[in-house]
Amino acid sequence: MSVPSKVGKVLESHSFAKRDKLIPILQEVQAADGYISKQAVLKVAAHLNIPASKVYGVATFYNQFRFKPVGRYHIMICRGTACHVKGSAGVLKMCEEVLGIKAGDTTRDGLFSIETVACIGACGLAPVISINGEFHAKITSDKLRKLVQDIRKTEAQNAAK
Amino acid sequence: MKLTINGNPVEAQPGDTILAALKRQGIHVPTLCHMEGMLPSGACRICVVEVEGQNNLIPSCSFPAAEGMKVQTNSPRVINARKTVVELLLGSHPDDCLYCAKQPTCDLSRLAREYGVRDRRFPVAKKKKPLDISSPSISRDPDKCILCGKCVRVCEEVQSVACIDFVKRGSDSFIGCAFDSSLNVSSCVNCGQCINVCPTGALMEKSDIQPVLDALTNGDKYVVVQHAPSISVSLAEEFGLPAGSDVNGVMTAALRKMGFKAVFDTSFAADLTIMEEASELAHRVKNGGVLPMMTSCSPGWIKFVETFYPELLPNLSTCKSPQQMLGAMIKTYYAKKQGIDPASIYSVSVMPCTAKKFEVTRPEMGRDGNPDIDAVVTTRELAQMLRIYGMDLKTLQPEEPDLPFGDRSTAGKLFGASGGVMEAALRTAHFLLTGRELGNLKVEAVRGQNGIKEAKLKIGALEVGVAAVSGLGNARKLAEEIKNGRKDLHFIEVMTCPGGCINGGGQPFARNKAAIAERMRALYNIDATEKVRTSHSNKAVQSLYKDFLGKPLGEKSHHLLHTKYKARKAADVA
Repeated sequence: MSVPSKVGKVLESHSFAKRDKLIPILQEVQAADGYISKQAVLKVAAHLNIPASKVYGVATFYNQFRFKPVGRYHIMICRGTACHVKGSAGVLKMCEEVLGIKAGDTTRDGLFSIETVACIGACGLAPVISINGEFHAKITSDKLRKLVQDIRKTEAQNAAK
Repeated sequence: MKLTINGNPVEAQPGDTILAALKRQGIHVPTLCHMEGMLPSGACRICVVEVEGQNNLIPSCSFPAAEGMKVQTNSPRVINARKTVVELLLGSHPDDCLYCAKQPTCDLSRLAREYGVRDRRFPVAKKKKPLDISSPSISRDPDKCILCGKCVRVCEEVQSVACIDFVKRGSDSFIGCAFDSSLNVSSCVNCGQCINVCPTGALMEKSDIQPVLDALTNGDKYVVVQHAPSISVSLAEEFGLPAGSDVNGVMTAALRKMGFKAVFDTSFAADLTIMEEASELAHRVKNGGVLPMMTSCSPGWIKFVETFYPELLPNLSTCKSPQQMLGAMIKTYYAKKQGIDPASIYSVSVMPCTAKKFEVTRPEMGRDGNPDIDAVVTTRELAQMLRIYGMDLKTLQPEEPDLPFGDRSTAGKLFGASGGVMEAALRTAHFLLTGRELGNLKVEAVRGQNGIKEAKLKIGALEVGVAAVSGLGNARKLAEEIKNGRKDLHFIEVMTCPGGCINGGGQPFARNKAAIAERMRALYNIDATEKVRTSHSNKAVQSLYKDFLGKPLGEKSHHLLHTKYKARKAADVA
């Protein structure tokens, strides 16, 4: 299921942009499409008249850009200091194991994606994760497994309908 | 401007960096990321010096010299810092120096030796990125990369191809193509200029030595070799002889001793190219064909046009490059003449060029499923093979090349330097269009190392605008002008590498630009001292037309010596 890219629209609003607009444009493309596709890199490069290698280089430099569409359930795992002390490294590892993907990736069915963030700003709930913006506090192995299971169950039921 | 360097007064010029001032005084400071004639990047910090009044050590490559500055280039603090830089670079570097193809020319291992690095002070987990051997021309080993950025800069700033850049950040960063794709699907034109600037073994030519050695020992193969015009004036440097020494005769002798059944000179085919190309130019001028016509000898340039300027494809001469022309002649005319099955011929070419390795893989460069050229080795690879076979260029007696593809004019030899194809073509075009020889055969305006050389010349009643450009960045400038309607040029020579083939991606690693100038001078010297100086007066070329080809642009030529090009899609170009 591929969604038509909105990169053309973004570029229309930057008709006479020069290379200094590269990062704002990439941010808008990501906001519109959810990620930076290959086509988006090529189109932005052609629009700004800079090599695609340069656009790719800049985009990979910054953590904020992703190159795969996010899953329908986007899991952000806090790797801030408090969460780290409370074992977020283990949470991340477990999450990767349960979903069979690495941080930054999206599962093949497009359901889940994992991203690590430096600090979510909810240290009192450590170790904390957020799924589509909803926080889940004091995550343990069982809790995480259950969350994933529940989501899969709901999705399967929805699909059956 | 007066400076004090290591306690001695030194004169510096306005605009000098500290490094430039030091260099003029013959004071050596090591560099890794510094590139002659380009803006400093200050990335590697190996060139640090101590400047009085500055708290930190100063990178001399990027710091402007100033009046009264007191500089220490080898204080204990400086030496310790440089050694640490090397040790840090070696932290994650592979240990296979003994087997590395870059030896003994690796700058990193030389610095480790010079600064007495005797152990691994900072053991870090080794990077483990896969080799990229997808390109027929260039092999990349990211693990050996020290991120100096020279390849990125030469690719972008000199060649304007920019197919590689820094990817990711910090300890994750590496040099790669867009989308981390392999080189073969990128817009890389295979010129190999990145290899020539790489301080380590991260970038090397894709070696074709083994298949050639195998063919030489395979009794069923009739192995022949051709060598490009610039090889004889650059090979010597690999054996410690001065830059610009011409070793044509001894190289021929060495190749024969290695077991090549025939040693041909690509310069002969350069003369052949001129006959076809000058005829094509005359034809276009007389019949209102597409102008300006652009040369097609340089396969990097061809791929560049196919990728970035498909609208200029009709401007390219349809002539194959000399390598491919000779390849075609060997497997048709020569095979027939010698009574050999073309399929049993193994045709090797020695080229200054990595893009030639790509050119031979083009499907149109052969017939009946047989490529015209079977293997291309660079000047560096030839040197390597000569060492394996124990050939000593200093004691061998010079020998003559094999006929019929051994006789050449000096015009053909000039192909090795930027402007040379133009000069050779003008000599013959003038003769073809007017029936008379050019008054002065030496066309000074297209000689020398300038990136863009232009001239207006009278051929009969016609004023001809010509340009010789080298380095694809310069070619791009001219291509843009032509796209935007520039009309005063008739004929443009483009060589992919700055200065031409003498500075090709397969040439011996030159210490400086002066070596390149010496190679160029050697070619001019050959032109100044020999008698046959025009392609149309090459007797061997004349008899090839009489015996076999008929006439330039004739039917046989059309099939064997000409080709066509088409727009090319690259993964990193929209």
